[in-house]
Amino acid sequence: MTTPHEAAGFGAGSTATTPTLQVSDLHKSYGGNEVLKGVEFAIDKGQVKAVLGPSGSGKSTMLRLMALLEPADRGSIMLDGTRIGAATQNGKIVHHSERRLAVQRRDIGMVFQKFNLFPHLTALQNVVVGLTDVQGMHKTQARDVAFQMLTKVGLADRDGHFPSELSGGQQQRVAIARALVLNPQVMLFDEPTSALDPELVGEVLEVMENLAAAGMTMIVVTHEVRFARRAADEVTLFDSGVIVEQADPTSFFENPQHERTKRFLSHVH
Amino acid sequence: MVFDPQIFLEQLFNPAYLMGAFLSVSVAVLSLIIATVIGFFLAIGRTSKKAYLRGPSHTYVWFFRALPALLVLLIMWNALPQVIPALQADWYTPFIAAAVGLGLVESAFMAEIIRSALSSVDEGQELAARALGMKPASVMRKVVLPQAIRTALPPTGNEFIGLIKYSSLASVISLKELLTTAQIGVNITFRYAEYYTVAIIYYLIIVTIITLIQSRVEKKFLWTSRGVKKVVAPITLSTEAIATSSKEISV
Ligand SMILES: Nc1ncnc2c1ncn2[C@@H]1O[C@H](COP(=O)(O)OP(=O)(O)OP(=O)(O)O)[C@@H](O)[C@H]1O
Ligand SMILES: [Mg+2]
Repeated sequence: MTTPHEAAGFGAGSTATTPTLQVSDLHKSYGGNEVLKGVEFAIDKGQVKAVLGPSGSGKSTMLRLMALLEPADRGSIMLDGTRIGAATQNGKIVHHSERRLAVQRRDIGMVFQKFNLFPHLTALQNVVVGLTDVQGMHKTQARDVAFQMLTKVGLADRDGHFPSELSGGQQQRVAIARALVLNPQVMLFDEPTSALDPELVGEVLEVMENLAAAGMTMIVVTHEVRFARRAADEVTLFDSGVIVEQADPTSFFENPQHERTKRFLSHVH
Repeated sequence: MVFDPQIFLEQLFNPAYLMGAFLSVSVAVLSLIIATVIGFFLAIGRTSKKAYLRGPSHTYVWFFRALPALLVLLIMWNALPQVIPALQADWYTPFIAAAVGLGLVESAFMAEIIRSALSSVDEGQELAARALGMKPASVMRKVVLPQAIRTALPPTGNEFIGLIKYSSLASVISLKELLTTAQIGVNITFRYAEYYTVAIIYYLIIVTIITLIQSRVEKKFLWTSRGVKKVVAPITLSTEAIATSSKEISV
């Protein structure tokens, strides 16, 4: 959100903006396995951040915590300056109820590697269900809004198709529309093209690049270096539960500072 | 004694059989509804993280899986009204006792069908629904249940047919269902072949109708735009395929 202050140009160059999404000191363990070891991450409104990192380093876990789908062991998540997901009481983290989390999740869109479209609903119904169930919109209006969103991702002619009748690329575009239609403040993508046949990657990346150009705030975990170079404002290397390096795409790929980044890039090249 | 077609046809169109068939189906329907509702909560209880829900669910299933349906019916009709005077009232008919008794027994089996149907739903489904901001009840009702029902339909159809047959046990508590009707006729006339053949035909018709309805309902759960299964290449990707496609990326 742009405050009137920023809009009026107050602050003379100082960056007093509140990040759209900010996580601090995020920790998460499964059993004895510490997957997130104090993640610090922030993204401003309209920014696109690409997150790269080796398999098993905890990228998906970080996104699931940011999307409030799993509770953090420690640390905080702030959306537009307001703490979400939990509160701290007497030094202990107290998680919100599932019903309260459900409300907070509306502001965060999530796109999964395996699409996770609802197989019993048509493409249109997949997009409608969030509008009617979550936003309480009337069915006829929801159908119009959902149809416009399907048109935006290039699937106006597939509205009546079920997920099993769509290609992987089309399914992922429906999944993007399903998240986007709720007007989230930030969109999280977890390897959105990794489950796709190579020839279908382009159509999904194109939708995401359009979205980025339209000013959506996006965190994209990806192996697509091309996307990171073209669409990201900043590229992040995530490894072993922490953020190792963050830089603009050119510096990140041409002149990485950290040994681990260099090693990771040498594998990807 | 030879098979007398005259007697056979007379009985085939005897309203008593129709009434018996109607009672058998009604008992089966009502007990299946009872079993599904109880079974659903048992299934939720058995998979719950809370021990105070898991324990009772387990005990219930353990108890009713062990008891013969016949014994439960006898208890429902003979023993319970002695212990609970309220059940001596007029509304407590053999029909109610049979439907509830069979429902209680059957719920132990429906619990298992529902539990495995719920767990067959990909966990990504619940995750996606929660990510949209859907409340727990909506996640269950609009996303998980429709998919679980599809899995549960074929075994539930089998259970329903089983219940039609189990309803004949209710003869011991004097419910005039289909088989009892045949048996009463036999006791008077000793025309075993004719009366039992009529019963066979009624059971065959009932089960055929159930099977037809079941396949109709299952078609509704195919989730294709024509309601007919089309051959669509499934988007299955082995981890190997994912690994190769990510290796192909170059800077
Ligand atoms: N629900 C869970 N229960 C137990 N362990 C888990 C769970 N989720 C993740 N892990 C473990 O946490 C680690 C990080 O997993 P995560 O999926 O976040 O990695 P990732 O960086 O997304 O990897 P990939 O690139 O393969 O998707 C792994 O070792 C994984 O086995
Ligand atoms: Mg992952």
